[in-house]
Amino acid sequence: MWLINSSVGRKVIMSVSGLFLILFLTFHALMNAVALISFDAYEAVCEFLGANWYALLGTAILAGGFLVHICFAFLLTWQNRKARGNDRYAVSARPKTVEWASQNMLVLGIIVLCFLVLHLAQFWAKMQLPEIVGDAPASGYSALQAAFSQLWVAPVYLIGFCAIWFHITHGFWSALQTIGTANEKWIVRWKCIGWWWATIVVGLFAVEVIYFTWFFAI
Amino acid sequence: MDTNISFKLKVWRQAGPKEKGHFETYELQDIPTDTSFLEMLDILNEQLVEKGEEPIAFDHDCREGICGMCSLYVNGHPHGPATGATTCQLYMRRFHDGETITVEPWRSAAFPVIKDLMVNRNALDQIQQAGGYVSFNTGGAQDANAIPISKVAADEAMDSASCIGCGACVAACKNGSAMLFVSAKVSQFALLPQGKAEAKKRVKAMLSKMDELGFGNCTNTGACAAECPKNIKLSNISRLNREYICAKLSD
Repeated sequence: MWLINSSVGRKVIMSVSGLFLILFLTFHALMNAVALISFDAYEAVCEFLGANWYALLGTAILAGGFLVHICFAFLLTWQNRKARGNDRYAVSARPKTVEWASQNMLVLGIIVLCFLVLHLAQFWAKMQLPEIVGDAPASGYSALQAAFSQLWVAPVYLIGFCAIWFHITHGFWSALQTIGTANEKWIVRWKCIGWWWATIVVGLFAVEVIYFTWFFAI
Repeated sequence: MDTNISFKLKVWRQAGPKEKGHFETYELQDIPTDTSFLEMLDILNEQLVEKGEEPIAFDHDCREGICGMCSLYVNGHPHGPATGATTCQLYMRRFHDGETITVEPWRSAAFPVIKDLMVNRNALDQIQQAGGYVSFNTGGAQDANAIPISKVAADEAMDSASCIGCGACVAACKNGSAMLFVSAKVSQFALLPQGKAEAKKRVKAMLSKMDELGFGNCTNTGACAAECPKNIKLSNISRLNREYICAKLSD
């Protein structure tokens, strides 16, 4: 299977799963934004998703996307380190046009993964998981309150968001370059679109976290 | 301006492919700044030979930036700090008096060290042999406008064809990937009608040879294009991906 056996194929898997995760993050930020307007409306969104068959199917596909993206990230990094050889350069300089994020995608990804574990423990484990097992789930409002009434949560989330921002600013255009949809003109355009997309989505998350912290903790 | 500079040269010395290498530091006195980097190494080698020591082995041939033979990783850059130039086109005026200049061989699992600063870049030849050519007889030159080719395509094909196969892209890449080289070699044909007949076969053969030889996976950092002495563009890699994906999907 060329998707797994060839270097381009493996990158296509990273690319498509990454673009899928960016789409998910966009919807996630928009659904959270509902809580900025009205907590009742946010509760309705939580209710609508809950543990229905379509929400469970969606969660399973999403988890699959994360799993594939993470597993291939480690596989590719391992292969790439091996291809670099055992001897490292004593002096290496980063050319001006090379983004810092592009050379640190795995590290950024690991920070995002740590953040994800915390985030799942604070929300998914209290909302969807109990419903799957048959217990009463926490309401969206109470889960938000439990998390953001603690002051340490906001800074930790903001660190996670920074990592996501750097990860997407490279990941977005890189994904489109990998699936072959770039040329001299479009590399510049994709970089610009990716920068704005990442900034708007991550910015929206940041506004939400700051608002919730202000609402519940201050 | 003809000034002379004195500096320290920290050079990777390795007796053979299986031997363990190490850095050796040499002091160079009063080197004119209009000396080329390779001439400076020649001067050092003469001094070493006079002292009865083993001269430093390094690759070089035409010394005018077209053969792709010279290499060297100078102060963290393949082909040194100059942009759009090979090591043989690098002059000592780029360096300062009293500086320590670090010279390393290109490091990649696919480029094993032969001796000192010389590496085996035969892997690139093997990729070329896998399909980097047109296998049918194209006959004599036709009338210039018999096959219309857009100026844009012709220019891009020519730019891609300017790749000299030196391997700086592999040396610069943190993943030891040869994607910029392969993409240039695939693009120079993919853009022209003569190359289209065998395009699918070519891209599949060259890419699978690249993977087989132990080059890494491209992560689009762009270090290759930034360090390329012939300014091969990063967009070639996207074309290579496109050609490969389309060829595989049409199987």
